[in-house]
Amino acid sequence: MSSRERILGRVRRALADVPRDDAPYERAIARDYLREHGERTVAETVELLAENLADYRAIVHRTTPRELPSLIMRLLAERGPRSVLVPPGLPPEWLSAADPTLVHDRAPSTPRELDEVESVVTGCALAIAETGTIVLDGSPDQGRRRITLVPDHHICVVRVPGQVVSSVPQALERLDPARPLTWISGPSATSDIELDRVEGVHGPRTLEVVLLEDRPAD
Amino acid sequence: MSGTYLGMPAFPEAARAAVRDETLRGNLRHATHTIRAKRAGAVAEVPDWAALREAGKRIKDHTLRHLDRYLVQVEESVTAAGGLVHWAADADEANRIVTRLVEETGESEVVKVKSMATQEIGLNEALEAAGIRAYETDLAELIVQLGRDRPSHILVPAIHRNRGEIRDIFRSEMGEWGRPAPDGLTDTPAELAEAARLHLREKFLRAKVGISGANFVVAETGTLVVVESEGNGRMCLTLPETLISVVGIEKIVPTWRDLEVFLQTLPRSSTAERMNPYTSMWTGTTDGDGPRTFHLVLLDNGRTDTLADEVGRQALRCIRCSACLNVCPVYERAGGHAYGSVYPGPIGAILSPQLRGTGSAVDASLPYASSLCGACYEVCPVAIDIPEVLVHLRERVVQGGPATRHGNRVVLKPAKGHAAERAAMRAARWAFTHPGALRAGQRLASRTCRFLPRTLPGPGRAWTGSRDLPEVPSEPFRDWWQRTRGGRDGTK
Repeated sequence: MSSRERILGRVRRALADVPRDDAPYERAIARDYLREHGERTVAETVELLAENLADYRAIVHRTTPRELPSLIMRLLAERGPRSVLVPPGLPPEWLSAADPTLVHDRAPSTPRELDEVESVVTGCALAIAETGTIVLDGSPDQGRRRITLVPDHHICVVRVPGQVVSSVPQALERLDPARPLTWISGPSATSDIELDRVEGVHGPRTLEVVLLEDRPAD
Repeated sequence: MSGTYLGMPAFPEAARAAVRDETLRGNLRHATHTIRAKRAGAVAEVPDWAALREAGKRIKDHTLRHLDRYLVQVEESVTAAGGLVHWAADADEANRIVTRLVEETGESEVVKVKSMATQEIGLNEALEAAGIRAYETDLAELIVQLGRDRPSHILVPAIHRNRGEIRDIFRSEMGEWGRPAPDGLTDTPAELAEAARLHLREKFLRAKVGISGANFVVAETGTLVVVESEGNGRMCLTLPETLISVVGIEKIVPTWRDLEVFLQTLPRSSTAERMNPYTSMWTGTTDGDGPRTFHLVLLDNGRTDTLADEVGRQALRCIRCSACLNVCPVYERAGGHAYGSVYPGPIGAILSPQLRGTGSAVDASLPYASSLCGACYEVCPVAIDIPEVLVHLRERVVQGGPATRHGNRVVLKPAKGHAAERAAMRAARWAFTHPGALRAGQRLASRTCRFLPRTLPGPGRAWTGSRDLPEVPSEPFRDWWQRTRGGRDGTK
């Protein structure tokens, strides 16, 4: 007997007490919890996102499409990287004013090569206001998972309010599970020393989130 | 479970040494009190906590009650997404599968994401025996590995170490494993985290094989979820060419939507955060992004035996948040090592004796490693009634009875050493069913109370070794009730 058959057999024997007409999935689970916490206007939701991002030590900036290239230029100039990683589908105008050498991610790039680059600029799939989370799904303006992981400085542009949802349930509704997803809430951190939170371990130690107003908030 | 813990003394002996260690008690008190207050704040932020808790409980219960169907669905969906699924009935089989998979890559080292399942099966030791070096990359696991130590907490395996001890371990041991600690390393947490970053980066960049567990596996989509903080998980899950995930069969949730419950309750319950810094979700393999080969090893190792117990199976709802450890007065004083298992604290006291059986001294003692205060049940985000299972397991230890071991129905014999307790209970039953004898005995005890000893002689000595005998009142309650008509006539 294969282990698969052995385990499935054990499970079935263990569940001999479960009646045949046990409540199906839809009826077995009560979903009395909230879809989002509190009532907010769109502008208030964006404000909450900014607050919660900052609360977990992300650096938050707000700008307009016209100002974006000069903002990114300034953020890069403050850190002074020689080079900056660019995912394949990043809108070219975002980095039109940037000084560092643009390094375009290519399939054969090794982790070691990526480790030579100090900064990376990406878009995102969406952002969650209640938790201060940005989610990447590997779309062309975000690139492979590794390019937002190995460099020490990540600038992530969120279009507001279009890409902002209030809550975790709303985020899952909009995400595609078939894509590789990375949820990011602040820079890398640890609570492993005396259960106290310290920022900055293996992921980017500096996370800058640019809230880009794609249309005026009401 | 892991051979690391074979021959562990029973909980009372192990705890006796731990409670005398003042550094350990100080470290634990500081850490558990810090997180306790923060967790309460994080939970208070969501007004629907009780509803989320109930939904989480029901999702897990429903999945467990139909686990055969969901296991088959996981196999189908992971395979359809390009993953390879393996089944392991016990720890040895899981270790053989993983060792073979690593050997097939031709590599002799692997990087690991923190995983309770791989600790449970003793994977690192099995790989070492095959000449494969496994590097732990979670900061706390690194501290444990470098210190040749054992984990003592589910979430923070090095919780028993303070910053000064961690600095000493880094200074003396890092050089043996790779890049040494920086000169002049101090004990500030930020510097210690930086030392770990430098030490491990080299290993991440050259790693060809990653090994992980998973917090959740979604049956309908075949998606695996790893929740973490440091980014070591992302490194291990995305940089290597081959990824092997060892996952207990109880980690399944039916649908993608179910994650909306656990991604709210898990971070708030474990690290007291609105959301943990990084969560990775992957479904099979993706062209050009991440590992090219993905193996999922589904692990039983005592879980189906636990499932067979109608009272005890609720322990399989556990999402490993460790909130029950952080509130437990027994854990706070005894520490994690006394539990003789990778699963310490209240959840360990009900999980280990079910996964491993109650045959060993430590496993038979674990259901007693509790004051039954119920704080663990109150904080549990999936509402596991830990006291109920503890009492159920005590009954099994003392009285024996039917249980399932390795898939077979067995009848356990009553444990040795509880003969006095059983005799006392029999005597109590007799006394309570013979009111005349009970009344006479109570009056005799009241009249002679000043001659009664403070500790019991003979077989009762062990019981009073850690407890004071209750004071005997000068008048039995029933006599007082009759004399005063239940206190109504106002006399004392």
